[in-house]
Amino acid sequence: MVAQFRDQDQLLSKMATGNGHGEDSPYFDGWKAYDKDPYHPTERPNGVIQMGLAENQLCFDLIQEWLMKNPEASICTPDGVENFKDIALFQDYHGLPEFREAIAKFMGKVRGGRVKFNPDRIVMSGGATGAHETMAFCLAEPGDAFLVPTPYYAGFDRDLRWRTRVQLAPVVCESCNNFKITKSALEAAYENAKEANIRVKGLLITNPSNPLGNILDRETLKGIVSFINEKNIHLVCDEIYAATVSTNQPNFISFSEVIEEDIECNRDLIHIVYSLSKDMGFPGFRVGIVYSYNDAVVNCARKMSSFGLVSTQTQHLIASMLSDDEFVDRFIAKSKERLETRHKVFTQELARVEISCFEVKLNVSPGSSFHCLEPGWFRVCFANMDDNTMEVALSRIKAFMHQIKDQNREGKVLAKKPCRQSSLKLSLSRRRVDDFLMSQISMSPHSPTPQSPLVPARN
Amino acid sequence: MAVENRKQQLLSRIATNDGHGENSPYFHGWDAYEKNRFHPTQNRNGVIQMGLAENQLCFDLIEKWIKENPKASICTPEGVNEFKEIAIFQDYHGLKAFREAVAKFMGKVRGNRVTFDPNRIVMSGGATGANETIMFCLADPGDAFLVPSPYYPAFDRDLGWRTRAQIVPVNCSSSNDFQLTRAAVEEAYEKALESNINVKGLLLTNPSNPLGTTLERETLKALVTFVNEKNIHLVCDEIYSATTFTPSRFVSVAEVMQEVEHCNPDLIHIIYSLSKDLGLPGFRVGIVYSYNDAVVSCARKMSSFGLVSSQSQHFLAALLSDEEFIDNFLSESSKRLAKRYRFLTEGLKKVRVSYVESDAGLFFWMDLRRLLMEQTFDAELELWRVIVDDVKLNVSPGYSFHVSEPGWFRVCFANMDDETVKVALNRIQAFVQTGNGTTEASP
Repeated sequence: MVAQFRDQDQLLSKMATGNGHGEDSPYFDGWKAYDKDPYHPTERPNGVIQMGLAENQLCFDLIQEWLMKNPEASICTPDGVENFKDIALFQDYHGLPEFREAIAKFMGKVRGGRVKFNPDRIVMSGGATGAHETMAFCLAEPGDAFLVPTPYYAGFDRDLRWRTRVQLAPVVCESCNNFKITKSALEAAYENAKEANIRVKGLLITNPSNPLGNILDRETLKGIVSFINEKNIHLVCDEIYAATVSTNQPNFISFSEVIEEDIECNRDLIHIVYSLSKDMGFPGFRVGIVYSYNDAVVNCARKMSSFGLVSTQTQHLIASMLSDDEFVDRFIAKSKERLETRHKVFTQELARVEISCFEVKLNVSPGSSFHCLEPGWFRVCFANMDDNTMEVALSRIKAFMHQIKDQNREGKVLAKKPCRQSSLKLSLSRRRVDDFLMSQISMSPHSPTPQSPLVPARN
Repeated sequence: MAVENRKQQLLSRIATNDGHGENSPYFHGWDAYEKNRFHPTQNRNGVIQMGLAENQLCFDLIEKWIKENPKASICTPEGVNEFKEIAIFQDYHGLKAFREAVAKFMGKVRGNRVTFDPNRIVMSGGATGANETIMFCLADPGDAFLVPSPYYPAFDRDLGWRTRAQIVPVNCSSSNDFQLTRAAVEEAYEKALESNINVKGLLLTNPSNPLGTTLERETLKALVTFVNEKNIHLVCDEIYSATTFTPSRFVSVAEVMQEVEHCNPDLIHIIYSLSKDLGLPGFRVGIVYSYNDAVVSCARKMSSFGLVSSQSQHFLAALLSDEEFIDNFLSESSKRLAKRYRFLTEGLKKVRVSYVESDAGLFFWMDLRRLLMEQTFDAELELWRVIVDDVKLNVSPGYSFHVSEPGWFRVCFANMDDETVKVALNRIQAFVQTGNGTTEASP
């Protein structure tokens, strides 16, 4: 039998040769610029400041203090090494019971103690990335779709679609009503999919929102629960930013709270995706959680968790840390406080100026990479740097804006500068953009939460 | 019933089919063990777990190292100043120090006869994740990989569940001690093609699970040649590479490919893990190592679904780059495994129980054909229930490894202390002497 000639494309799977990995998105262009020339206060003061990374770096001092007081939390300290063998050998996909209990308790505390979570429904995954993919594998066939409000996190394209072959159907949200998720938007998205003969299996909501940073009000939450029950489709609630809501804002309301009050709701449709990457600032530890009210989904997701379990070394540490009630209460409070302070400084300064792009060496993320249908919006992260870097970032923004204003005053219409290779160009009108910006921010009924306000670049 | 159906339709087919593989008898023995665990002092009548391929023989060495190297942890006073940097590190390339340490370790395990490039080291969620990832990279739904049988039961899940790829077994038989031959692979390949199955590659586990045998250099060469001729992939699962009873004697595909003329490196991939060689399954350290740049790139992107915790990467980077420690560890580990293997197999010889002679692994392949009522898998399962329930040993029945002939059992020996091994051996000896066999003990 003659061997078939296969070129590289045929040698690999279609999945491997396609671009379903999503890395061609402009979201990553800024990262590349940052990687080539990262800012450092002394070594590279003219480098690019990373404002495209949603990380929470504000509370590591508290963690380190706790670690020094709790050496048995590690299996590598003299106090903890007697546990090393048992922990290193443990590979049961149920996870350490104390880990599940600690996570369940933490999730409850983050919701102000208003709901309780059952440790037996806590299932591990490879970060929230793995959790989302697992949900798609459990709930949908190839070709089925999930509805997702725009703008949404760029990574969803990969997490939900790449290896699962599930599709995403946008629920279009608009700036004119502060990107509210309306019933009509949901209905329209559902009908569009139906007309295209695409079977909708669920709706994915990120609350608090990435990239908007806002939280959904009770009415919207209830409307959503009502909608999915009516259509008999799943609701996947990504609540990974739950603990980052500032103290000034109305309390974060979780879907878990709303369904407690709703006896009509079919709980088999409700699933929560969680992670410690944002709330605790531990993205490196890959602690992803699938929490489902559907027993069969818990079961299936648990079997799938074999592909992305949390290292038991990390489970053990987290179990210890999160079962320290006093520490957790203090951490949650301090974290909110510091995020709130950072947010205040930023929004006050940003109110005076306009958005920047690559020329100013700030890696912010263009709205198009979040599938925002209106051009001109950018996500700006600010919790992933120290205070000094933040000041440098703000001064760059201000300097850039002064430059723009000077040019406008001299009657020069700013030439359209392509910020990246695609067709999205940033163009600034001669209108007084700072007034516009002020009005935008004060108009918003839900001030952006500290994590990452979405700021308009132009009207 | 209607409610159940409706519930079922809510989920995907993957979620409701058997592809997870847990209905296999492989898992039933675990239940018996869980309900009544043996303990040398507290429960001498309990079930001894001999169905778990774990390496528990060298924790004393690791624990000593930990005490002497507090900086390896980000939670000690010596190491905590790195906590923040490590906790926020989520780059899917992995910590450079980790990749370098793993590459160096893999080289040492192969007697430094080959070197590994840290830039080809890609992380995954254990070998479980690595095997799934490599299939996602190489096979489309419906495509097939040839896999010699008997093979590790969870391959059905890892290779085929969510990927929708198929396994085409290459049946090996007791007639030649289950050795894999090029001829057998070729025959399975041709048959698959005749059935219009699109074969994308061959997956070898070397050292073998469940046999514990290693491939001869010439056989490996022949298989490398074969895949090159057919232009299909060769995936070598080498997770037991450091469990050879003679240290650093493992012959890897990495070595052999250099000896095969015109070998296309784009076809060669290695699956690795620290779960067996170091005895750290809880840390979920899986590695995909490919000589194909596009596969490295794709697998790396997929690794986002199962990265190794940076806390563990940091620890292991320190552990594996301590050359003196590793050299000693590899040598001691081999010695202790060899000793365990010899103790058990010599004991079996005394009661004339045969087994496939092997030179690696955490288990061996025991022949109980003579004890079967009839040469069927039903009889094997019956015999197995007796062994689990009455003899109280959770060994694994050959059936769960997709073997083509009944009567074989995998016996794990590295997951218990010396006292427990003695009890286990006594029980086997007693059983074959007084059970439904006709064996007589040798003088």
